[in-house]
Amino acid sequence: MIAAIDTGDTAWMLMATALVLLMTPALGLFYAGLVRSKNTLNTFMMCVAAIAVATVTWAAVGYSLAFDGDGALIGGLGNAFMSGVDFAPREGSTIPELVFFAFQATFCIITVALISGAVVERMRFGPFLLFSALWSVLVYAVLAHWAFGGGWLIAGGTLDFAGGVPVEMASGFSALAAALVVGARKDYGRQALLPHNAMYVLLGAGLLWFGWFGFNGGSGFSTGDPSVLAFTNTLLCPATTLVVWFALDAIRGRRATAIGAATAIIVGCVLITPAGGFISPGWAMLLGALGALPSWAIIAWRTRTRVDETLDVLAAHGTAGLLGILFIGFFAQESWNGVSDGLFYGNSAQLWDQVLAVLAAPTYAFVMTFVLLKVIGAIMPLRVTDREEATGMDVTQHGEEAYVTGEGAILLLPDDHEKVVLPVGDSR
Amino acid sequence: MVIGIVRPEQANQVLEALHRADIRGFSMSRVQGHGGEMDRVETYRGTTVQMGLSDKIRFELAVSDDFVDKTVEALCEGGRTGEVGDGKIFVVPLERAVRIRTGDSDEGAVTPVGK
Repeated sequence: MIAAIDTGDTAWMLMATALVLLMTPALGLFYAGLVRSKNTLNTFMMCVAAIAVATVTWAAVGYSLAFDGDGALIGGLGNAFMSGVDFAPREGSTIPELVFFAFQATFCIITVALISGAVVERMRFGPFLLFSALWSVLVYAVLAHWAFGGGWLIAGGTLDFAGGVPVEMASGFSALAAALVVGARKDYGRQALLPHNAMYVLLGAGLLWFGWFGFNGGSGFSTGDPSVLAFTNTLLCPATTLVVWFALDAIRGRRATAIGAATAIIVGCVLITPAGGFISPGWAMLLGALGALPSWAIIAWRTRTRVDETLDVLAAHGTAGLLGILFIGFFAQESWNGVSDGLFYGNSAQLWDQVLAVLAAPTYAFVMTFVLLKVIGAIMPLRVTDREEATGMDVTQHGEEAYVTGEGAILLLPDDHEKVVLPVGDSR
Repeated sequence: MVIGIVRPEQANQVLEALHRADIRGFSMSRVQGHGGEMDRVETYRGTTVQMGLSDKIRFELAVSDDFVDKTVEALCEGGRTGEVGDGKIFVVPLERAVRIRTGDSDEGAVTPVGK
């Protein structure tokens, strides 16, 4: 049965798609603020690169592998190169497939961008582009098929509203693998490596939260009850995470911190991502409060290890996404979601379905990312040299600086380009 | 008086070296300069520029005579990468030094006070 197009649903999904796309530049701001000033542009550029590369791979094969057919492990190639993706709705949806395609593309983009947080300040730009292209197909599209596109998880009854499996757990555990393969920054553990602009971090977190209303609120693909529930839960859950985070910060350091608050917003949004349309507002608030604890603890613990998973993608996304998925197994409520109850409401089978997802998705993401980066690393160096790392990624990777003053800059006219690298004051 | 001009990315290493050599009193400032190093070429929306000046960190350390060699060694050790552009050290005589808090002058002014 092909349902008719619903104009209200389509209008909202067009808006939601734009909201989710905004999350990637927002993540760029968030990440750029957390690194040192000499790496600002490169860090932001990794997010821009995700938009570029993942959109192309998504249109080529990613969308098809994720959403064509209901094979257990992977979709088909029927929609490769957007074949058959047009104004007609997908089965069971009320929006044109073109909108569905674009909405799902923005998910793939942000997931690729998220992983960059593990390797900023040291990974070369070229290998990152290659990694993004391969990862978006071999890891994201596969996990999206499992959780959304008719694969074995969704077919088996696992509930994942907006991407706890392919977005949050996938990026978090891939980030851990990427950090292990690429290795720590050379100054890690020897010098204080501090965020260079806390305002970018806060602004980025705020824009991410804003975009997340489209991410979760759009994942019902309509303006129906699940979308409305997820939308409001996206307000409630991060708010309680913030309150608890303030308390945890205050207990440890006697002060609530701004960068801690920005992190709490992300953690809260991630927690509610898988569960948004399945649990009641009350449980969403409890999830936000309880879920703050493990992420906070892992961030505090991770900085004391040798693992330079630089911007804590594992703690913020992997762990929080995992908890959100599990939480559904306990507190899903059919009276709210119309789909299934959790253990707390008498359906223990749901918890088992959720456990399968938290075992399978992180394992697949970690192993695939590890192998993928090892292979790329065998073809080309993944890292810049120590000297380039010290100079900064902006100058060495892009030939630009974020905070250029222009003092001492000499304009090169077009015919001067051959005779660059002259000492100042020479022949001009 | 020792003046050391080093790469910003080596500044932390210099601080560590100074700390190890027990040299505690100094000031540092950001400066821009140019030695013999090759220039960076950067492009901003089609405007290509040659960046003639590099950021450097300038350390100023007023030390007593016995400490001059240790200071120079620490600056060299922390600041050296072996590439052109590592910076310079200048040692100049200091006419007079006064500690503002106490009015101590010269050697007394530059010797750190024990806790």
